[in-house]
Amino acid sequence: MSLKSSTKADFPSGSLPKSPTGITGLDEITAGGLPSGRPTLICGGAGCGKTLFSIEFIAHGALLYGEPGVFMSFEEKAEELAMNVISLGYDLDQLQRDKLIKMDYVRIDRSEIEETGEYDLDGLFIRLGYAIDSIGAKRVVLDTVENLFSGLLDQSILRAELRRLFDWLKEKKVTAIITGEKGEGMLTRNGLEEYISDCVILLDHRIANQISTRLLRIVKYRGTVHGTNEYPFLIDGTGISVLPITSLTLAHDVTTDRVSSGIPSMDKMLEGKGFFRGSSILVSGTAGTGKTSIAASFIHEACNQKKRAIYFAFEESPLQIIRNMRSIGIDLQQHVDNGLLEFQASRPSLTGLEMHLLSIHKMVEMFDPQVVTFDPITNLITVGSVSEVKSMLMRLIDFLQSRQITVMFTALSLNTIINEQTDEGVSSLVDAWVLVREIESNGERNRGLYIMKSRGMKHSNQVREFVITDEGLSLVDVYLGPEGVLTGSARESQQLLEKTGVVLHQNAVNRKDREIERKRLVLESKIASLKEEFESVQDELNKAYVEEELRKEVIEKNREQMTRNRHNEQ
Amino acid sequence: MIEPVTLSDLESNDEPAYELRLFVTGASINSIRAIANLKHICDMYIPGRYSLEIIDVYQQKALAESEQIIALPLLIKKLPMPQRRLIGDMSDTAKVLKGLGISTGSE
Repeated sequence: MSLKSSTKADFPSGSLPKSPTGITGLDEITAGGLPSGRPTLICGGAGCGKTLFSIEFIAHGALLYGEPGVFMSFEEKAEELAMNVISLGYDLDQLQRDKLIKMDYVRIDRSEIEETGEYDLDGLFIRLGYAIDSIGAKRVVLDTVENLFSGLLDQSILRAELRRLFDWLKEKKVTAIITGEKGEGMLTRNGLEEYISDCVILLDHRIANQISTRLLRIVKYRGTVHGTNEYPFLIDGTGISVLPITSLTLAHDVTTDRVSSGIPSMDKMLEGKGFFRGSSILVSGTAGTGKTSIAASFIHEACNQKKRAIYFAFEESPLQIIRNMRSIGIDLQQHVDNGLLEFQASRPSLTGLEMHLLSIHKMVEMFDPQVVTFDPITNLITVGSVSEVKSMLMRLIDFLQSRQITVMFTALSLNTIINEQTDEGVSSLVDAWVLVREIESNGERNRGLYIMKSRGMKHSNQVREFVITDEGLSLVDVYLGPEGVLTGSARESQQLLEKTGVVLHQNAVNRKDREIERKRLVLESKIASLKEEFESVQDELNKAYVEEELRKEVIEKNREQMTRNRHNEQ
Repeated sequence: MIEPVTLSDLESNDEPAYELRLFVTGASINSIRAIANLKHICDMYIPGRYSLEIIDVYQQKALAESEQIIALPLLIKKLPMPQRRLIGDMSDTAKVLKGLGISTGSE
């Protein structure tokens, strides 16, 4: 787990000085760590992680915060402890040689000891005091001091001496952890809690449905505000990590930047730009509706834009996904080769929910992606109840949003009837919800895609037909005819019908044009013949007129002639 | 009732030497009482057969860890074997004798 100091923004920091534990998450819920210079009681049943908790406190103190520590063990030998934690990367032997920690194993064997009267625990005081002074220790662990009760008979002496011990530790100004085994009806078997009243942390280990969950609760912490919930915590290869609900305040940074969904026509439904960066998107639908394809397309697009992405697969293996996506023209392998895409595939039942959450946290912190996808989250239900899954997803979304990572979940709806309350109740957590629904008609099933919601943007309210082709995914406007919404082949036949209509119409138009042309020709020829007729009539008329003129001229001439002739004759 | 007789016979025959170490803390009441009580018991039951070393843990603090010291005063019977540890001010004589493995013979 990362050892960087955690943010303390969730709680107002009090005046009480605190010693950070360096345990991921714990310093957040305690607003800085354990009370400095005071003893803290860590209690819990067997195997709940008390000793590991204490060792981490000491080791982190020595390595990270420059506070040497004394580990006094009443249970395990120093060598055994060193062996146990070497796998976590803590070399206690080396730390001892560097005078950063001091291990001391206290052996008490009842059979060897005879009590012969009044005694005190000065030996323990001297021993502890000497150990503290020899390395200048600021931290002390007593694990678990209760073993004294089984080694020594006189309880009244023991109780008085323990009280003195804790007071003495306070005087020494060391930050101490006292561990105690959980007792019946009490936090510890011998009621240590009555001596240590500053800070009490309870560790628990519960099994539900064969899957164990570790829980941590701060029972009390005087003089400071602290988280009071039960926080799941994990012990893995790097030690303890507590997972608080990271953002209790819902104060993420937001951005108006957009991320393409990888399907241009879907972006068009979202104001033409796609989803907001850092938002969470849920794609839900029944089996075989192409949820994985949508997720893959989203990842593909992000990688094409040189963004880093993680694909968390809970159903299929990476190779299977790559092969399947290649068939629709999405080549994810190239992104894996370029180091842009990382697959993380595991069966949900592999570990408990908290472990999943942790591995997701780790992967995200290591790979630092801008886009992640979970396919499908529905399978997580096999390892936890609906409310647990919801709580886990809520923390996951909070975590991802705080890092401005865009996340796409896919969820399987088990029934074809859309129930707005299903989908693990995640729909209220996510920013955008895309629903792929099967539309069955005319003996075939087609996919209808809806944008159920998309916070903060105008999104299309229309149903689109979702088509998966060899070249990828696309959305087609569904045909709205007199018989309702048409999809698939019904839509295609309707489109065909429309095409035929266009051809026929064109044909009709062409015929009319030709007829008009013919009519024009007929008329034009008619006009020509009439013109001819007119000319011949005109000619006729002209002829008569000329003749008349000629005749008139001739008659005139003749008359003149006759007149002249008559005069001559006389 | 036969065994104790033979045992005490053997012990008196062998007359084992006792090597004792008493860890105390300075001049505390328990320490002073423990020293006085122990000396009294030894002189009474094993006179001349013991060596007693009194160690002030405050003066040799490192001993606390190496000798596995928790409760004080602490008496360690190094010899005869087996090694035994007795804590307290040695006021309970019967327990001290039992712890040291000394039979009083009166029982």
